[in-house]
Amino acid sequence: MLLFILRRILLMIPTLFAITIISFIIIEAPPGDFMDAYVARITAQQQTIDSSEVEALRARYGLGQPGYVRYLRWMGSILQGDLGRSMEWNQPVGRLIANRLPWTLAISLVSLVLVYAVSIPIGLYSATNQYSAWDYVFSTIGFIGLAVPNFLLALIILWLYFVATGDVAVGLFSDEYQLAPWSFGRVIDLLQHIWLPAVIVGMAGTAGLIRVVRANLLDELRKSYVMVARAKGLSESKVLYKYPLRTAMNPVASTIGWALPGLVNGELLTSLVLGLPTIAPLFVGALMSQDMFLAGSIVLILSALTLIGTLISDILLAWLDPRIREAI
Amino acid sequence: MIADEQMLRPQAQPGVPGNKKFLVASQWQLIRWKFMRHRVALICLVVLIIFYLWAIFAEFFTPYAAGSYDVDYVLAPPQRIHFWDQGELQRPFVYGMTSELNPSTFRTTYTVDETQKYPIQFFVQGEPYKLWGLFEGDRHLYGVEGSKVFLFGADDRGRDVLSRVIHGSRISLSIGLVGIAISALIGIIAGGVSGYFGGITDVIIQRVIEFIRSIPTLPLWMALSVALPPTWTVVQAYFGIVMILSLVGWTGLARVVRGKFLSLREEDFVMAAKLNGATESTIIFKHLLPLFSSHIIASLTLSVPGMILGETALSFIGLGLQPPAVSWGVLLKDSQQIRVLAEAPWLLIPGIFVIVAILCFNFVGDGVRDAADPYASV
Repeated sequence: MLLFILRRILLMIPTLFAITIISFIIIEAPPGDFMDAYVARITAQQQTIDSSEVEALRARYGLGQPGYVRYLRWMGSILQGDLGRSMEWNQPVGRLIANRLPWTLAISLVSLVLVYAVSIPIGLYSATNQYSAWDYVFSTIGFIGLAVPNFLLALIILWLYFVATGDVAVGLFSDEYQLAPWSFGRVIDLLQHIWLPAVIVGMAGTAGLIRVVRANLLDELRKSYVMVARAKGLSESKVLYKYPLRTAMNPVASTIGWALPGLVNGELLTSLVLGLPTIAPLFVGALMSQDMFLAGSIVLILSALTLIGTLISDILLAWLDPRIREAI
Repeated sequence: MIADEQMLRPQAQPGVPGNKKFLVASQWQLIRWKFMRHRVALICLVVLIIFYLWAIFAEFFTPYAAGSYDVDYVLAPPQRIHFWDQGELQRPFVYGMTSELNPSTFRTTYTVDETQKYPIQFFVQGEPYKLWGLFEGDRHLYGVEGSKVFLFGADDRGRDVLSRVIHGSRISLSIGLVGIAISALIGIIAGGVSGYFGGITDVIIQRVIEFIRSIPTLPLWMALSVALPPTWTVVQAYFGIVMILSLVGWTGLARVVRGKFLSLREEDFVMAAKLNGATESTIIFKHLLPLFSSHIIASLTLSVPGMILGETALSFIGLGLQPPAVSWGVLLKDSQQIRVLAEAPWLLIPGIFVIVAILCFNFVGDGVRDAADPYASV
């Protein structure tokens, strides 16, 4: 098991490396370098800027040098924990991201839990009561859930919320807890608010996972060992929970890997529409104002976190299924 | 006697074994028969064909151009089509609207004026247009004379939402097709090379695919679309967005193609072709690809929704296509201001079209996938 984990981590290193390259390309992609943007901003404020000062700054950031040198410098500072400075906010990128990342993670995690908590029982019911009325109801909801983009769902819910309450944004806290220090009451208040974005984010994932659970369980239930178990007089619930469900869970656990990128995408869009203080508005703002250090760092961190999530799901899968441990 | 024979062979219809036609039908014939038996997929295919016809002949099917506005009808609500007037059945007509400015909120309120009646005219002369920039015309499928007709309401500049939805479907629906065409090219080449040659090439391509699939695509799309020069025209930006979407979208197909190649390259007929001196490209493109082209079509159909959603999401955020380009995402962007939306919920109508299009592509894709292997279990 330890060997398996070690191997997985080693395999992740080239991927992380590729992600840093992509993030760096994103930082460098817009026409002109960020000093041009900086100079443009200063001159837009009708201040003059000394050209020798610009040159000094250019030299400091290594802007005149070839791409790989800039990449290595950038990587070096990242390894020291310095993600660069945001031009727009005039703050270290690391601090900006650290302020907002917890909310993104919280929404994604709650929605991941919701996806599994909702879809496994429903999939179980649909598979054991195939072609029943509720099975059709759940299948229909599933198809619609897959087809409704979550930003549209968020928009519709926000609209209903506005019509009902007159508020333009669904916050993460009630007014009295907005700035309060952490307390038990504040956590409860957060949970009372966070379920809504989490449900919206998890909608498509839940719909997809219900189908996976249902299909896998149906496959298992058709196998002859189930018939043998029944013939031997095992109670129906024992037959179901002890063997087929256990086997059908393996593909379900492996879906965490592909569910995570989808969750991150959904979280971005949903937070944007609902106006939540997560990383999404920061990211879009950074892209709009070409604050590329911030934007590139956010891509880097979101991708790296997704990879780590996938790694955890792989380890979970290996723990569930010994065959996988042996295979790699 | 005839009744007896039908009882003995209850499945005596085309597309079912036991029928003589079934035995001599070509593979595509079998696939078509099997697909036709999937009712929902068939209905969805018809819906999609209607959508695409709308998109192709948008100028004709809409009463107004996408950019045509009328300040007298800012946020005018959808009009209802009436058939009955004073208890008599008549040709369809709409009532006129009178607008009134509310002095305290500066909002225009519209009331239905039952004294004005405008019958809906078909093949009516209206705004002149140039179909595909080539053919001039001024006939529209429907319209009213002497007033304006807003079946889906009007937006905040008094533009007809229905006209804009149909004009917008041009970009939204075509981006899916162009996108999968590019993804198909990349996917088939990458998957084919990977599956046919195997070895180190296979490992590298599989790593790249795994990498692309393991990172969240939306931040990447967003960041890349910012890199598109702002000076680009609508057409250039369109192809830029398609390229960005396809760069990520080809992986699913590459996996399908690779899997098929892996299972088929050991077949005897490949060996026979090799012994006959066929080149590798002949084997790949002449013998192997046609064999599973139905699977490719299924996989492609199922990846169209992702493309449509990608464009819609990007434009919705404001990082994709920009006005004056009209796509469903651009239209939905207008509905983001929640106060406007509360007054004019019909601005969400483009969203219904997005949902229906995606739903239909999913069902048609499922149908094709089930039909792709007509010998499986008929």
